[in-house]
Amino acid sequence: MKKIRIGTGAGYAGDRLEPALELMEKGNLNYISFECLAERTIAIAQKAKLVNPNKGYNGLLEHRMDKVLPLAHKHKVKVITNMGAANPQSAVDVVCKMAEEKGIKGLKVAAVYGDDVLSKLDRYKDAAVWETGRPLAELDGIISANVYMGIDGIVEALKNGADIVITGRVSDPALFLAPLVYEFGWDLNNYDLLGKGTLIGHLLECGGQATGGYYAEPGKKDVDKLWELGFPIAEVSENGEFIITKVEGSGGVVNKDTLTEQMIYEIHDPSAYLTPDCIADFSNVTFTQMGKDVVEVKGASGREKTDTLKVSLGYKDCYIGEGEISYAGPGCLERAKLAAEIVEKRLALTNVKFDELKVDFIGINAIYKNSDRNYNTPEEVRLRVAARTKTKHDAEQIGNEVETLYTNGPAGGGGATKSVSEIVSVASILINRKDVEAKVIYKEVL
Amino acid sequence: MKLWEIAHSRTGDKGNISNVSLIAYDIKDYELIKEKVTPEVVKEWFKDIVKGEVKRYELPQLGALNFVMYDALGGGVTRSLALDKHGKSLSSYLLDIDI
Repeated sequence: MKKIRIGTGAGYAGDRLEPALELMEKGNLNYISFECLAERTIAIAQKAKLVNPNKGYNGLLEHRMDKVLPLAHKHKVKVITNMGAANPQSAVDVVCKMAEEKGIKGLKVAAVYGDDVLSKLDRYKDAAVWETGRPLAELDGIISANVYMGIDGIVEALKNGADIVITGRVSDPALFLAPLVYEFGWDLNNYDLLGKGTLIGHLLECGGQATGGYYAEPGKKDVDKLWELGFPIAEVSENGEFIITKVEGSGGVVNKDTLTEQMIYEIHDPSAYLTPDCIADFSNVTFTQMGKDVVEVKGASGREKTDTLKVSLGYKDCYIGEGEISYAGPGCLERAKLAAEIVEKRLALTNVKFDELKVDFIGINAIYKNSDRNYNTPEEVRLRVAARTKTKHDAEQIGNEVETLYTNGPAGGGGATKSVSEIVSVASILINRKDVEAKVIYKEVL
Repeated sequence: MKLWEIAHSRTGDKGNISNVSLIAYDIKDYELIKEKVTPEVVKEWFKDIVKGEVKRYELPQLGALNFVMYDALGGGVTRSLALDKHGKSLSSYLLDIDI
């Protein structure tokens, strides 16, 4: 029976590169997919494109492709990635130019786009924004609107012989499901198979999180050589059955527990994982260890997709100002609390306006927070003050008031830091899938 | 006994919603965990963090539960003022529950 081997090249925008290269050299792969687009990354990329129309793709595209292109060509591994971000067309130009410079010939590179629906938003003024429950018309400062597309554009590109497919916003599992649909000729109405392929994508899309990354707990869940963590491989049969494994000798571990953690990661109802291509059902999935770092996965299925697609809207939201300072030794928590009181009083006295202020004592309650708990006296504590403001000026004052604790605050404050960020936030609406059409263009290096 | 002794966990985030898995190392402990760690217990445990409801989904064949916690991330990763904007470390906090 025909089998396809697909690996993960990146699980997020800034991921390690060596595991991808190892997979292409030693993984006996047919495909490698790089998932590099977080929720708001595309909004930030859109801003870059407005400044320079040739930018707006992933900032590590050149860094990755410098090593990926020769290996992909040598080992005949097809590459699929959403590193196109806000500008897949320019990303294709960049990749073709790099291939020419490297003397790589016979390469077909495709850009998949059509996810930018900013110009179509006027049809959806009354659509409810998920985060606020209010109509879209009330959301100010929108700078980007990208719909999560499904597999269509990638499948079309592969049918037309693309060796490298660079997309804008598509669902993360689509980067993995699309080559399976293309290779096996899966019927787009066979939701059972699409559900199985979606689970493959879901397990693989975060790279090392399937192979022992983000898993280790010394003494309880020990993991070998995390500094050489191998990224996952799915070996898939035509009927949608598959195993998950990794390159022999690489760091990490593949077992029932790593895969269970990853299957549940970022899903809500396991029987209804909504994607553009199907509603996947993971509720009956089982994992069976077949050998060292080889796990058989069974039981995923799916149902018909919905009529709507999710759009991520990037909008100019606010500023966040932050300041931190540390205290140590006897009485450090009391001094940090006094420092916080001083900052809050100073912000009031100097009329700094903020929508929300958060005071954390790092080492005490910055992450754990439960008012019923008694915290032990720490050896050291770090005060953190953060606030959301409408103006940059007000945001700057947060860190400034923490910094001036050096000479004006309690004894022994050290290591003050401050920062201001302009915040692009993300909101979501649903649109009719009939309003979305994937477009594909090609460029060849002959 | 802390949950940490018998179970492990990972947190995911979507917007302002956090989901935390709870997975028995030994599937024989699943029923005990299911009985003790109800949505109400989790809601109470995270009461100073999670402002919305807590829903629980069950995956008995994997010895796993999935807690979905609404209005849990200070507005979501893009605008939260939290140090851990994704709420990634909530998983470890869940394992601190005494059963």
